[in-house]
Amino acid sequence: MRIPMTLFIEQCLNGIQFGLLLFLLAAGLTLVFGIMDLVNLAHGSLYMMGAYFAATFVAWTGNFIFGVALALGATLLVGMAVEVIAMRRLYGRDHLDHVLGTFGLILFFDELVRLVWGPEGLTLPLPSWLNTSIQILPGVDYSAYKLSIIVVTLAVAIFLYVLVMRTRIGMLIRAGASNREMVGALGVNIKLLYTLVFGLGAALAGLAGLMQAPILTVQVGMGENILILAFVITVIGGIGSIRGALVAAIFVGFIDTLGRAFFPDLLRMAFTKEVAATAAPALSSMLIYLLMAIVLVVKPEGLFSASGK
Amino acid sequence: MTGWLSVRNVAIAALLLALLLLPVYVELGGSRFLLTLFTRILILAMASVSLNLILGYGGMMSFGHAAYLGIGGYAVGMLAHEAVFSGFIQWPVALLASALFALVIGALSLRTRGVYFIMITLAFAQMAYYIVAGLARYGGDDGLTIYKRSQFIAPINLSNKIQFYYICLGLLFASIYLVWRIVNSRFGLTIQGARSNDTRMRAIGFPTYRYKLVCFVIAGTMCGLAGALLSNHTDFVSPAMMYWTRSGDLIIMVVLGGMASAFGPLFGAVALLVLEEVLSGITEYWQIILGPLLLLVVLFARGGIDGLLAKVRHRVSHG
Repeated sequence: MRIPMTLFIEQCLNGIQFGLLLFLLAAGLTLVFGIMDLVNLAHGSLYMMGAYFAATFVAWTGNFIFGVALALGATLLVGMAVEVIAMRRLYGRDHLDHVLGTFGLILFFDELVRLVWGPEGLTLPLPSWLNTSIQILPGVDYSAYKLSIIVVTLAVAIFLYVLVMRTRIGMLIRAGASNREMVGALGVNIKLLYTLVFGLGAALAGLAGLMQAPILTVQVGMGENILILAFVITVIGGIGSIRGALVAAIFVGFIDTLGRAFFPDLLRMAFTKEVAATAAPALSSMLIYLLMAIVLVVKPEGLFSASGK
Repeated sequence: MTGWLSVRNVAIAALLLALLLLPVYVELGGSRFLLTLFTRILILAMASVSLNLILGYGGMMSFGHAAYLGIGGYAVGMLAHEAVFSGFIQWPVALLASALFALVIGALSLRTRGVYFIMITLAFAQMAYYIVAGLARYGGDDGLTIYKRSQFIAPINLSNKIQFYYICLGLLFASIYLVWRIVNSRFGLTIQGARSNDTRMRAIGFPTYRYKLVCFVIAGTMCGLAGALLSNHTDFVSPAMMYWTRSGDLIIMVVLGGMASAFGPLFGAVALLVLEEVLSGITEYWQIILGPLLLLVVLFARGGIDGLLAKVRHRVSHG
């Protein structure tokens, strides 16, 4: 079997792009868990809301950048509203309560979207300046939009690092994670801080959703499958660790993309064509779960466990 | 009030009596649909009884329990597709396959605890979902129609709706009894001890990992049987029966009914599925009501239905 080099490079870039996108989701999930000790299943719903908002606002304003910015703000607001109305009451409760309560939120959001936007999906067309390809290496063209996703997510990762590790707000967030009462007693409005952190997590999920929107169809339930991947990433990376989320996300994005692209060919080399054709789809979707199982056997707390919770 | 004549026990007795007499009512002119609905309720109640064993009594927050429904169901469906119709082969295979899956998943997942356990069981169940959805020979995403229900010896006929209802009811009672016996045995007390303090149980010499793993496998096997029943009930299996939202439904049933109570899951299953039926009769967008309702239950009615019934008794005897 010979895989053309250009195809290989392109798939590698796809893997990195998908991994970085997953990082945005996993970062919000792990941030909220690490700081508020809250399991949020409804994180995928916020991803979906981001995509729906983007499709609506871009069509409404007629300007891609402007619409996307509006969508980002709207997801941030929705996230903060969810925190004030529901999540705030779940802090300090059993994890099972979080699972059930946020499961209820998923049902609510899915049905809300069906009610407002209807059961058919939406599409988000790209503006012409993004809908081109760029020559990155001699003879290798790559989609300008996917390249811009890589750039934006990397910028967000750096922004997160600076925000959490180098600013006063980040210091308060880290302090609130280790002792909520003490930070409150020192005169910091910890309630507002938590609302902001949850809103930030929601905005990250929304950003992932709206960037994925032009590639996939915007539809009800789109957040659920990708949420499971985000869970796998947080488990592999260690819950509460943003660094772990970044490493694990790129790993998972890489393995998932390359597995889907080349695994059937690899199987065809070892087995007959029929075996490969039937087994490949099932096996290539298993790969990341196998990776997770291996990590668990070696390090049950994940690769970069933050707190050992 | 004497001990056994509490509101809770009267409610349990009334529910059991109603379930026993339901086919009689249907025969006397009630809607056939009621029989179909309640057969489904009984089967899912059985699945949540098995989940209650690990979730309620064992404190293992599995979010992948629907996987066993699917595995049990697909064991029947695949064998029927290969023209093996005997229930004496289909059902043991269903049980064995679920037990094996539970053994592998449990052995890996029980190395972790807390949130990790929730996410890992969820992820493994999704893995099973994707594998089944990728099986082109068995219908893939679209599922598989079962043209002939499991065949047993002469008087047993699963295609007879009333007989099938009573078989489901009998197996449900049997599983409730089995769980009750398990949790009150030495084994079950060890499991419950591990739920409240795992470290201490290990310190006094119980290898809790092994105990929990056995418990996990028992629950998975029981749910596999429910899966075999479910596929016979719907005459159809599809990956959707093991989708993660189904696992969520099972957790809701357990919590709604009352965790770690023998009849709680049955109450929960009846309450949730009847509520779904009623709400979907009111509006097409019924989940927009069910979702916030769930949140309210979590916030304000922590003990579930069983807890409410126990509270009523309290008020009667002390008020």
